[in-house]
Order: sequence, then C-alpha cells, then structure tokens
Amino acid sequence: MEAIIKDMGFIIGTTLMYSTPLMFTSLGGVITERSGVVNIGLEGMMFFGAFVGATVAYYSQSPWLGFVCAGLGGALLGLIHAIACVSFAAEQIVSGIAINFLGSGFALFLSRLFFDGATQTLTIPKKIPLPFSFLFGEGKLFQSAGFMDLVFNRFATVYLAFFLVAVVWFVLYKTKIGMRVQAVGEHPEAADTLGINVYRIRYGAVMTSGFFAGLGGAAMSIAVVSRFSNTLISGHGFIALAAMIFGKWKPQGAMLACLLFGGAKGVEIYLGAKGFPVPSSLLAMLPYILTIIVLVGVVGKTTPPAAIGRIFDKSGK
Amino acid sequence: MKLNGEVLKRKFLNGSLGLTLISIVLGFLLGAIILLVAGFNPLEAYWVILKGIFSRSKYISYVIIYATPLIITGLSVAFALRTGLFNIGAEGQYIMGAIMAAAAGYFFKLPLILHVTLAVGLAVIVAAIWGGLAGYIKARFGVHEVISTIMLNWIALYFSNFVVTLKVFGSQGTGKSYAIQSTARINLLSDWKISEAGIEFIRSHKVLGDILKTPINAGIIFAILLAVLVWYILNKTTLGYELRAVGFNPHAAEAGGINVKKSMVISMLISGGLAGAAGAFQVLGVSHRIAKLAAMEGYGFDGIAVSLIGNNTGPGSVFAGLLFGALKYGGSKIQDAMQAPTEVINIMIGTIILFVAMPKLIRLILTILERRAKN
Repeated sequence: MEAIIKDMGFIIGTTLMYSTPLMFTSLGGVITERSGVVNIGLEGMMFFGAFVGATVAYYSQSPWLGFVCAGLGGALLGLIHAIACVSFAAEQIVSGIAINFLGSGFALFLSRLFFDGATQTLTIPKKIPLPFSFLFGEGKLFQSAGFMDLVFNRFATVYLAFFLVAVVWFVLYKTKIGMRVQAVGEHPEAADTLGINVYRIRYGAVMTSGFFAGLGGAAMSIAVVSRFSNTLISGHGFIALAAMIFGKWKPQGAMLACLLFGGAKGVEIYLGAKGFPVPSSLLAMLPYILTIIVLVGVVGKTTPPAAIGRIFDKSGK
Repeated sequence: MKLNGEVLKRKFLNGSLGLTLISIVLGFLLGAIILLVAGFNPLEAYWVILKGIFSRSKYISYVIIYATPLIITGLSVAFALRTGLFNIGAEGQYIMGAIMAAAAGYFFKLPLILHVTLAVGLAVIVAAIWGGLAGYIKARFGVHEVISTIMLNWIALYFSNFVVTLKVFGSQGTGKSYAIQSTARINLLSDWKISEAGIEFIRSHKVLGDILKTPINAGIIFAILLAVLVWYILNKTTLGYELRAVGFNPHAAEAGGINVKKSMVISMLISGGLAGAAGAFQVLGVSHRIAKLAAMEGYGFDGIAVSLIGNNTGPGSVFAGLLFGALKYGGSKIQDAMQAPTEVINIMIGTIILFVAMPKLIRLILTILERRAKN
C-alpha cells in the first residue's frame, strides 16, 4: 500500500514538473488569442526565453533574475510579432513562423557567442529554489521521499504557474482590462467605436504572451533542467499552443490540458523507471492520440474568439 | 521608352516577385548588421558563404542535396496553402514517408526501377493518408488542421522511434534501421563509383569526380518534376481550379457548387503525399536508413519557410528551396572559417519571412525612398 502511494506521489510530482513550462506558455497563448491575434510563434519565444533565462542565471548566479529576463526576452519577440501583425497587417501565422526562426536563430547565435561556440549553455550554479523544502527531511514535518515530499517539494515555478492561472482568469473575466481584451478579440470594430484602443490592447496582449512564453522556456531551462540546449524546447511551444486550443481558449482549460500532457510524461517516466514492457516511444505517443480523440469526440467543435486572425484596420480598409 | 521602363519598374515592385526579392535583400542586410554588431566582418562572412556554395563542384552538389527535400516539403506546404489549409504537419508526413521508404527499401527484393517506384509509391500513399487524416478531421469534426497536424507530427516522430527499435528492422541498440537494398537507391552511378574504372575516373577528373564523391542522387530531378506537377494541377486542371477557389473563398466556392469538405481532404492528401515523397527521396538518395530522432529534424518546418518565400507556387518553391539549401550549406562554413555563428542564417530566413508577410511595410519604405529621391 505504502509503495503504491509513493508511486502515485512520484507520478503526480513529475506531472507537475513537466506541466509547468507548458502552463506558462499556454497562458500566454490564451491572452494573445483572446485579443484576436494568433501566435504560432510561442515556440520561438519559449526557445529564446529558455536561452536568456539560463544565460542570465549563469552569469548573474541569480535564477530569479534569469527568470524575469527570460520573460522580457520573450516579450521582445512578442513586440516584433505585434508590429508585424497589428501595425503592418501581416498574416499572423506567417509572422509566427518567422518568429520561430528568429527565436531559435537568435538564441543559438547568442549561445555560440557567450559559450565559446557551443549551442548549449553551461550548467547554472543555482536553480529556481524549492520554497517548501524546509518542511521535508529527517525530523521535519514530513519525511523525505514520502508522498508529500514527492508531490509538494517542487520548484517555485510550479506554484507560480498555478498562481498565474488564477491571476489570468481573474484579469480576463473580472476586470475592465480583461473585458476589453475579450471585446477586441470578439469584435474589434465594435470595441473601437466604444473608444477602446484596439491596437494598444493587441500590442499589450501579444507582448504579454511573449513574456509568458519566455517564462515557460525558463521554467524548463532553469528549473526542470539546469541549462539551455538546442533540443531542450523542441516542440513544447507547439504543445502549449495545442493545449490552449484543447482548453477552449480559457486559462483554466489550458491548465487542465497542460496537466494532461505533463501527466502522460509523468506516467511515461514512471513506467520507464519500472521497466514496464511497453516501449517508451509508444507511451510517449499517448497524449497526442488522446488529444485528437478528445478534440474529435468529446469536445466537439471548439469556438475560437470570433475575430481571431483577422486584421483590424482603423481606417476601415 | 522611359515611360515603359517606369511602368515595368512599378509592376515589378508592386508584384509578389519584387516584394520577395526586396525581402531577401532586407534579410541579407539585417544578417550583415547582426554580424557586424557581433564583431564579425559581414562582407568576409558573405564571401565565405558564397565561396562555400560555388567555389567547388562538390559544394554545388551538396547545395542541391540539401535543397532537394526542402523544395519538396515546400511544394507540400504551398499546395495546401493555395487551397486555404496550413499544413504544419509536413514534418510528420515527411517522417511517415521516410519510415515507409526505409521499410520498403529494406524488406523487398526487386529490380532497380520497380523497387524505387514501389518504395516511393508506398511512402507517398502512407504520407498522403497521414495528411489526409488531418483534412478529414477538419472536414468532419471542424478541428483546425494546425492543431491536428501538430499532434500527428509527434505521433509520427514517436512511431518512427518505435519502429527503429524493432528487431526485424534494425540491429538492437544502434537506434538505426538496416540500410536499404542497393536496388532501392537513387544515387547516381553508385556501383560504377566504387568500380576500378570509376575510382580511376574520379581521380583523374577533378570537377566531375568531386561531384561523384557526394551522395548526389536523382532526387532533384524528381523535385523539379513535382514542382511542374504542382503548377500543372493548380493552374491547368479543374481540380486545381476548385481547390484554389476553396482557398480563395470557401463560402463562395460552396455556393458555386464545389464540395468544400471533399476539397479539404483531397488537398491534404496531395500535400501529405508530397511531403512523404520528400522523406522517401531523402532515404533512398542520402541517408539510406532511418534513425532514432531526438527532436524534429525540421524538414517540414523549413518547408513552410520555402513555401512562403517562394510565394506558394511550384517554381517559387524550387528557387526558394535552392536559396534555403545554399544558405544552410554555405552558412555552415562561417563557423569554421571565422567562428561566426552559422545560425545567422536562421535569423536571415526569419527576417525574410517577416518582410514577405508585410508587403504594407515594404511599400511604405519604397514610398519614403521614392520621396527622398525626388527631393
């Protein structure tokens, strides 16, 4: 019995760890798409954020400074995306593809400059801290390697991700600015006639999404692992994007979808560690198959914000 | 005469070709600025790249080898885009095609032409189904193809990693499949190359011998034929007309009696089949096997760039694919020659796509420049 509980703890804990980077990025996706701007560049923003986070954390020895800078790096790419899509009427998916090339390109370019020609950073001296580690261990409240330790003794980024889900939910549904974002995403022309500055809202939303995606990248490079490398992100941004749609463009839905992807990873790692006879690559497929099944069957038609992908031009052209 | 020149110039600058060329120039310009800021001499870097592309016949051969899969995945993405679908799943369809080609190339024992035809044919069919699945899911259930193909990409990747672990397909622990039979290879003169006469020829003919030393293969010929085929289907057939009508305005097409849902499936079938052909030619001509993938290889994603830079046309994809292949191959040389990060190429490609996406910005720049010139 005790062993089963411990195994459950392991799976839950691993799930939380792997869901976190996706959750940050997916929340970013919710924010930008709710304002009507598709952001397929989340992958590149996450990639760049992972690099910036690890590099700043390495040189400053401060993981938190790295974390914030990663967000700013992502926001910078968000600014480029916003300039293209909001001000210059670029096709949003095309601009997003460009952002993906720019994000990975700049990250690897700079990595080679800062780390002696290598496409990975050196190991950072200090990871993001475990805020509740004082509760666990010999003679503490909970014993180490027990259920509680495995589940709750996690990086601060894990707790922050859940906290941000609540914040984004609150801002989106309970504040004026959130209502404005939604209005702009549903009917920009109407929002404009009501005196809402559509351009400014969209710039803000796209840059915020970049900031979140940058945090997601850093949650990977300075918490889950302790360095950036060129294969670290490989597709996580796209998974976060899918999770956002899976979650029906809602922060709480995106959170659940990310937990599903993280959960599948948790089960995969657990079964791999136990020497389970099913090949790990088949298990790794599961969440993706499940997503398609759910999208097709259970969820039915998903309804994106009405004005998504549409270019808004105040002059009415 | 002057007037005519003026009209031509205007047409060129406002047309898509002009915008693309200006975008490419701007991409190179930004690449130069970034190299300069990072402390490298951009002229030297570009000279190294240029030499790395053209200075030896071997290099040109490699550029073509690099470009071949990109041209074909570019065609795949372009075909779907012209019909209003964004096939981000070329990556996964490429992987499925590669798996099938590697399997057919290894397991069957057939004479040369038949073996190649069968391997490519099966690869195209499997990849077409993989792509068509996304089209069907969209037509039947309204799930956006971007999401379904992202999922299908990952499933394909893990499936590929699964099959290479199978005992019948590859030796255990190597993470590689067995090499395909020589009858399934599309390399040029591969048997003759290792014969005595061939070795003698390579030694005595510098230029041709250099080319023969590379895994030069018939893939590029197929790529060009496929580009012509894509152009023909889109522009000269009723099917192409209908598909483009759907891409242009699905509601109008529906009203005009075109079955939009069927068009989506057909379009994704063809697009997937093309990406699968890219994977097949890569296996039959270059890698001769598949191997465990730590991450996506990016042929599909690069194909998106090729398609966009090539203005989503058949011929455009050929030129954009060659450009991309040349930059990728030539760009890798600045690393060794001057320790300049080769990823400046990715930045340039990203910039070119960004400008291609913003004709409004380019026109604005042109108007400002024109005004300056007048004053």
